Amino acid sequence: MSTQRPRRAVVTGIGVIAPNGLRTDAYWKSVREGLGVLGRITREGCEHLPLKVAGQVEGFDASALIDERFLVQTDRFTHYAMAAAALALDDAGLAHEGGVEDPFSVGVVTAAGSGGGEFGQRELQKLWGQGSKFVGPYQSIAWFYAASTGQISIRHGFKGPCGVVASDEAGGLDALAHAARAVRRGTGAMVAGAAEAPLAPYSMVCQLGYPELSTVDDPDRAYRPFTAKACGFVPAEGGAMLLVEDEARALDRGATVRATVAGHGATFTGASRWKESREGLAQAVRVALDEAGCAPEEIDVVFPDALGVPEADRAEALALADVLGAHATRVPVTAPKTGYGRAYCGASVLDTAAAVLAMEHGLVPPTPHVYDIDCDLDVVMSRARPAELRTALVLSRGLMGSNAALVVRRGGGLAR
Amino acid sequence: MTRRVAVTGIGVVAPGGAGTAAFWDLLSQGRTATRGITLFDPVGLRSRIAAECDFDPYAHGLPPELSEHNDRYVQFAAVAAGEAVRDSGLDTAAENPWRVGVSLGSAVGGTTRLEHDYVLVSEGGRRWDVDHRAADPKLHLAFAPSTLAAVVAERFGARGPVQTVSTGCTSGLDAVGYAFHTIEEGRADVVIAGASDSPISPITMACFDAIKATSPDNDDPEHASKPFDDRRNGFVMGEGAAVLVLEEYEHARARDAHIYCEISGYATYGNAYHMTGLTGEGLEMARAIDTALDQARLDPTAIDYVNAHGSGTRQNDRHETAAVKRSLGHHAYDTPMSSIKSMVGHSLGAIGAIEVAACVLALKHQVVPPTANYEIPDPECDLDYVPRTARPRKLRNVLSVGSGFGGFQSAVLLTGPGGRTP
Repeated sequence: MSTQRPRRAVVTGIGVIAPNGLRTDAYWKSVREGLGVLGRITREGCEHLPLKVAGQVEGFDASALIDERFLVQTDRFTHYAMAAAALALDDAGLAHEGGVEDPFSVGVVTAAGSGGGEFGQRELQKLWGQGSKFVGPYQSIAWFYAASTGQISIRHGFKGPCGVVASDEAGGLDALAHAARAVRRGTGAMVAGAAEAPLAPYSMVCQLGYPELSTVDDPDRAYRPFTAKACGFVPAEGGAMLLVEDEARALDRGATVRATVAGHGATFTGASRWKESREGLAQAVRVALDEAGCAPEEIDVVFPDALGVPEADRAEALALADVLGAHATRVPVTAPKTGYGRAYCGASVLDTAAAVLAMEHGLVPPTPHVYDIDCDLDVVMSRARPAELRTALVLSRGLMGSNAALVVRRGGGLAR
Repeated sequence: MTRRVAVTGIGVVAPGGAGTAAFWDLLSQGRTATRGITLFDPVGLRSRIAAECDFDPYAHGLPPELSEHNDRYVQFAAVAAGEAVRDSGLDTAAENPWRVGVSLGSAVGGTTRLEHDYVLVSEGGRRWDVDHRAADPKLHLAFAPSTLAAVVAERFGARGPVQTVSTGCTSGLDAVGYAFHTIEEGRADVVIAGASDSPISPITMACFDAIKATSPDNDDPEHASKPFDDRRNGFVMGEGAAVLVLEEYEHARARDAHIYCEISGYATYGNAYHMTGLTGEGLEMARAIDTALDQARLDPTAIDYVNAHGSGTRQNDRHETAAVKRSLGHHAYDTPMSSIKSMVGHSLGAIGAIEVAACVLALKHQVVPPTANYEIPDPECDLDYVPRTARPRKLRNVLSVGSGFGGFQSAVLLTGPGGRTP
């Protein structure tokens, strides 16, 4: 299993189900154009809640993408994850529905921060409204955080290492790093990422206690990080799955190596202690750069956490200055998620997908809804900016106190 | 050079009495802690029995924030972690905080709390458009599964990699496995690792009722959990937590810590077959065992004890017996294999960590815990299940295996002093 050259984990497929695009190309088009799709939450039973604006996935037809036998036993969050996984596998040219030669060579890892809330609420309603005998047989496998990993493994016949990090937002990057490490340890490929569906009535009630939540009603003003008008974050649903693969294997089968998962760092500085997240984020970046063998000046673009809470935004800008030095004020910074919201664990995977696409297209996408920056960062606004991009830094912080950084390089490292 | 991973501390909150000593007393005496449910009124349920923890958060001196706003499973973990850290003798304040991590598993997280508040906001299940004004303002702590690891990290000053792992019923084994990898790969020197669950609630009991996974032996709860016995008819729900202090071997030696044993191998695979169903062959669990043995560079014949998943469902116990025979070959017949779920029930995500703790204690005491209630053999389960009475035995390498919804199959290998062949 070990070769002379260390195994490298590369991205060979991207699948996106997001509020601003139901396929990867549609997502990128919206991101590149800085489209804002935040809007009124229209899901049944949510109208009266004090949280009005979110990034909703619209026009998603689960039954067109997923077999009925899977649909009945899964929540919306798993539908998104299964659809994104299928798109990623298709993109990677890896035949799905049980099409790999050695089933143990492909594993699955997802991050999950909200579980199958809509399905769970329906079953809770049956239990408490009608009685325990009305609870259906799929509640035990639809509500729990591991549902998406399990169903993706079963649908595609993947028997490799299966994992789930039940996490706050930073977990999306942790899942990608988990996949990269599994690949470096010997697994051929990992389907990795996160998708969330937190926009059901009871799930929304559960989120109302987050002090960082934006409750501004105007979709254009609700999520504006790094500005004097920052008033919190707007939640979203959806997410992305990537195929993270051993580079040599990818080249052997003639796949296109899109990017390399080069380094990851994870730290913890406490829930809602945003001032201290400066130190935690800086440390995570140092660890990630070190693992990637990457100098601070090599970073060509930063996808920040961009929480939209003034103290947190300041801490993030300072963390970048702490690690990147003067380069922090010069490197382009972009937060496309201001256009579609933060899909909890899915958010940082979507950012990573955007980073890979930005490097491929030589284009830093803009940060929708953000105009007057009040920090010392070069935030790309209004329109996409052409640039030669070889290395991207993706940052994420979770509401429960995690900080994570991921360094992603364009293309691979092996000669073709 | 490979970094080795030592176990230097243990903490347990299990049915039958909190604390590691009470836990080992129960196991070594072969007593069962299963009983009629007291945590809520189980009227109308098919399975009305469980292994409950008699647990008072105030008695353990938890701060009000933890006692009032956090779910029971977080409280279990905080108490178990406290015992583990004390046991390890580690001065957490003196450690480099960036090099201390947390890896804790839970299958269902804060669902007990979520259900409690759901009833309030929905007027007892009558409204889909729930009324947020009736909810606890800190309900997000139950909603966010990462609360578990965050609370423990906060208490012990861990600022390194902090993760909650949720792979259903293998969560506990996987949380220990992730922690093992974290130290081995050099991303931390100390990881507080384990798992916790408190699933004894109407919704969780009802959803296992719906698939008839739990035992309906309501009239005889003490003998309801019967792994490997021909009369077995499902698992008995449990709750609890176990936490270990895992430490890079040289780090532990440098501070003269007591080293219980090493984690010497870990692997997990999916069966890609069914969310709840298992095949009769046990191919994927066997593969996990083989990989864990490879990592430890051990021959299957080096295994001295298998701590089984042994849930007591018809299909699980056959699946697992087949898997162990596949990996260990003829040696399987000479290797005791027992299920502590016969005594402490099946606490979903927590049980994997509780079983790893049982393995650490088995190595310490050189005693194999029994399978309580085992009386009548199933012809398809023909291994040595250590019926009813604990058994002294020379133990060097012990294996803990688990299966979970989602098709996950995990194995953790532990090696006591002198167990590794040079």
